[in-house]
Amino acid sequence: MMDSAEKSFKKVERDLLASVNWGVKSKVWMGFLLLLLVVCLFYYVKQLRNGLGVTGLNDIVSWGVYISNFVFFVAASLIGMLISSVLGLIGFKWITPILRIAEIIAVSFAMVAGLIIITDMGRPERLLNVFIFGRIQSPIIWDIVVVMTYVVISLLLLYVPLIPDIALCKDKKKGVPAFQRWIYKVLSLGFTYKPNQFKLVEKYIRILAVLIIPVALAIHTVTSWLFAMTLRAGWDTSIFGPYFVSGAFVAGCAAVIIAMYFFRKSYNLQDYITDSHFNKMGKLLVMVALIYVYFNINELLVAAYKLKSGEAEHLQSILWGHGSPMFWLVQIGGLVIPFVLLIIPKMRKPLPSLIISIVILVAAWYKRYVIVIPVQEHPFLPVQNVPDYYSHYTPTLPEIAITIAPFILVLIIMTVLSKVFPVVSVWEAKESSVEEQNR
Amino acid sequence: MEKNSHSGVSRRKFLQKLGVAGIGATSPLFISSCSGESSRKKMKVLTLDNKLIEVDATELKIAKASNDKSYLQQEGREGIKGKKFVMVIDLSKCRNERKCMKACQSAHQLKPEQHHINVLEMEDEISGISYFMPKPCQHCNNPPCVSVCPVDATFKRQDGIVLIDNERCIGCRFCIAACPYSARSFNWTDPRDADKYKDVVYNVELNVPQKKGTVTKCAFSADRVREGKLPYCVSACPNGVYYFGDANEDLVTNGTTKETVRLSKLLFDNSAYVLMPELGTKPSVYYLPVRTNNS
Repeated sequence: MMDSAEKSFKKVERDLLASVNWGVKSKVWMGFLLLLLVVCLFYYVKQLRNGLGVTGLNDIVSWGVYISNFVFFVAASLIGMLISSVLGLIGFKWITPILRIAEIIAVSFAMVAGLIIITDMGRPERLLNVFIFGRIQSPIIWDIVVVMTYVVISLLLLYVPLIPDIALCKDKKKGVPAFQRWIYKVLSLGFTYKPNQFKLVEKYIRILAVLIIPVALAIHTVTSWLFAMTLRAGWDTSIFGPYFVSGAFVAGCAAVIIAMYFFRKSYNLQDYITDSHFNKMGKLLVMVALIYVYFNINELLVAAYKLKSGEAEHLQSILWGHGSPMFWLVQIGGLVIPFVLLIIPKMRKPLPSLIISIVILVAAWYKRYVIVIPVQEHPFLPVQNVPDYYSHYTPTLPEIAITIAPFILVLIIMTVLSKVFPVVSVWEAKESSVEEQNR
Repeated sequence: MEKNSHSGVSRRKFLQKLGVAGIGATSPLFISSCSGESSRKKMKVLTLDNKLIEVDATELKIAKASNDKSYLQQEGREGIKGKKFVMVIDLSKCRNERKCMKACQSAHQLKPEQHHINVLEMEDEISGISYFMPKPCQHCNNPPCVSVCPVDATFKRQDGIVLIDNERCIGCRFCIAACPYSARSFNWTDPRDADKYKDVVYNVELNVPQKKGTVTKCAFSADRVREGKLPYCVSACPNGVYYFGDANEDLVTNGTTKETVRLSKLLFDNSAYVLMPELGTKPSVYYLPVRTNNS
């Protein structure tokens, strides 16, 4: 009995620490990402020099893909809270191997979201004004406060469960560069696998898991208030908070499934991230998608029933007007597909669920576009004495490049984190292997 | 005795203020005439906070215009005490000549597609008759743009004017998103004639020079109003469309005829309205509806 446990411990360690290295493949991948990032940065420098005029933005549609991209990133980062807190606190054991993936997604998307906002600023060099002259009345200040808090708590929620694994890396990974060894030494905080240390780690995880729930709800609710706090028809609605939060879980679940698929494949984690995980994540996605459907019906039907003057024009435009192709694409890809296709068990196998998740994630991105842009194309007063293109916003090449950059940055952060630390928690995997044998 | 002991400091302070007043409010003639007088002569001058005081004429010096313009920021943020500026737009009289738009754009260093005031062609929903509606910033008494600004770059003054400080604006454009009247414009690229205005000291009441990456908006010509003049658009109108004045005095003056009338009576007699009152923004701009018998 003891022997087999010892053996399985060895196997767990070997399997999960195998990915902690910088192989040729990962170096090539990082090089590719960095090259892409440089290309995007070139366009950002261009924007810094010439102003936001390099974008397709104008006085009528003054918030474009940067803002919708920001909303998307905040949305995707929310999944960390759902999986590691809500499901964890309820006591689901199956989430253990994907906890860290969810947290890595939360941390990287939330951190990059902050950078996206800077790319949207006309005077980024005046960023400090926000701290010098900040006014508590402004939802932007609320957003900055909660996003920063969320990043900090998410980082802790990633880091605290990592401490035992970092200590393990320090002992077992002697071949890594000196700098990385130094990181392990500092970050392991002298952890020596004592039972009371494990107890402490578990206690802090629980505290953080509780703390992160209100903060996570706050970041996306406040993000929705950037729109809902204005008087514009189409944004001026009290449902935006829960509507955004439920939509965020759909996007986040899809992101986790995609990440699970690629980590499992490239790091050979088939024994840890199993078909059953895809099956369960698929079911979770169906559930959150149904909640999202409910909020969509509320959001659309209530406005469409009354047809108040401003709302009517906006609805006409997105349902069968200028913005309608994208709207229907998004509703079918982001709502119908997830809950109809994923109900079928076969569709929850790894490959089909990967493909479905990619469709959902793309639709989720465009969904934010549909929320942010068409509303501005139909202000209350007529658009006159300005160039014709003002009410038909199209992003420009530099703008698209600057919008892609955050995705590259997220991939870089995810790659680095997963190369420096085991992407599946080793000590928790050991625990569950013990539990399995005892059963 | 006591007066003398503190006069050294206060005189210097006063002279700074005087220099300010000399540039801001009075003609250069005043200063040159007093500097030539004998030392016994006393002068009565008005300080910035409207106090009349007496000083020795020999102490008066001509202030250099470029010395210190920080007072522009301060007075620009405070506004004019005791005033509450309003505008009345008589839609029957507008012939779409756009002199107001041109005067505004040239005063505020705007490009042709940037509008602080924009004359819109509207259609009456019931009759189908079209008319022209000049639309400046409504200088709301519950301004949504001011609420959302994260850095207090856009603010409402005690005299009701909503201004933008482009030396503080971070360019987030939340105010543009929040404004239901589409009254704001952004400097997406370098502003018009950026080189020409390069060395001009920034005046928040005029919002010139314009700066790339910041928001700009109608200022109710706060700089002109401070001098007791009518706004650029109001004076430029050849058709008597605009009235401008002080709601506290209940008087408004027509920019073309220079006729001054009682505000409340003008509004009531002509069934004045504001744009989108249901939004609760409480505009300071009133519209007199189109009447065919008048036009």
